[in-house]
Amino acid sequence: MANEVILLDFWPSMFGMRTRIALREKGVEFEYREEDLANKSPLLLQMNPVHQKIPVLIHNGKPVCESSIQVEYIDEVWSHKNPILPSDPYKRAQARFWVDFIDKKMYEAQGKVWATTGEEQVAGKKAFIELLKTLESELGDKPFFGGDDFGYVDIGLIGFYTWFHAYDKYGNFSIEAECPKLIAWAKRCLQRESVAKSLPDSEKVTDFIAELRKKFVPE
Amino acid sequence: MAERSDEVKLLGMWASPFSRRIEIALTLKGVPFEFSEQDITNKSPLLLLSNPVHKKIPVLLHNGKPISESLVILEYIDDTWQNNPILPQDPYERATARFWAKFVDEQIYVSAMKVVGKIGEERDAVVEATRDLLKSLEKELVGKDFLGGKSLGFVDIVATLVAFWLMRTEEIVGVKVVPVEMFPEIHRWVKNLLELGVIKKCYPSRR
Repeated sequence: MANEVILLDFWPSMFGMRTRIALREKGVEFEYREEDLANKSPLLLQMNPVHQKIPVLIHNGKPVCESSIQVEYIDEVWSHKNPILPSDPYKRAQARFWVDFIDKKMYEAQGKVWATTGEEQVAGKKAFIELLKTLESELGDKPFFGGDDFGYVDIGLIGFYTWFHAYDKYGNFSIEAECPKLIAWAKRCLQRESVAKSLPDSEKVTDFIAELRKKFVPE
Repeated sequence: MAERSDEVKLLGMWASPFSRRIEIALTLKGVPFEFSEQDITNKSPLLLLSNPVHKKIPVLLHNGKPISESLVILEYIDDTWQNNPILPQDPYERATARFWAKFVDEQIYVSAMKVVGKIGEERDAVVEATRDLLKSLEKELVGKDFLGGKSLGFVDIVATLVAFWLMRTEEIVGVKVVPVEMFPEIHRWVKNLLELGVIKKCYPSRR
């Protein structure tokens, strides 16, 4: 059966990156389509009418929305290699818990680091570092969040790493100094081809954030 | 593989729709469990130990090992006790079910919570916003007995939040957020739910 896979995405999206990585982990051929979020394509609006957001995975014409759901879907459809979720139900629950934690907390928290100023930014920075430390503590001394193998939680978090350079710049701190194990983990992930191919250059992301920041922080 | 000698404990709250959905899932699967009513104004050492990250209910303890977050717990229950499956088998249908479950919790619930405590025009605006979201659920029910299709499924269990929490708090809030004229399918679906033994057990009718 012919597999037609299209990914509607936006290059700096840490969520889109998850789906790119998952597809590459499984060796799935896909067509990447860049969306202009200021001018969303009719296909995006048709395939994700509820949220009108990227990423949208379109498999043989049928849409799957929400990045964490896409990653689970990819793992279930292309189950022949590189399992993403563990097979043990308790370990699966732990993996889902941490991806849910990242989904619920990271995006909002990271925004406060670069899109706010003054007291709001001070509080935001503190909260963000605490969040990273919670994740670093969960990682512990393991090579990856799930243990020896790269998996669901690693995929869930690694996209944010491309934004770290910007967080350091606008937050005026050093994530590496605060969370060295997390940085070591990120570099370990980047050694994987699926990750290296799916993540944009950090400098490019920082330039993008610099532009975006102008909307929130007056020059 | 789960055994009959399993120890299953649910740290929950009678009033919480998130806790109740776990009771539904365990009851559906015929899993005996101990319910422990928690006081969130005075959190128990067991709760804090079992869910140090969020310190919230529900928490499922299976042979002493904790699982937190209701959607994660529901998937764990389905993975562990395979009778009366909650999620469909087909990956696409599973992805769709997960999408709607997230929609109920992240969109409908969040919007509905804003209704409580507001008055006048502000309240009208959030009621309107909540109804817009409910229209998606209404659409999903056309031609189906349950959100899961012919029988109770993952989204139905999650959406009992709408059927029994949102629709029952209408009396407290003083406004019918989900009137039958606007949402005939949702009302029909609630009637279908109320016929089910597992729902009758977990959401007993009020006198």
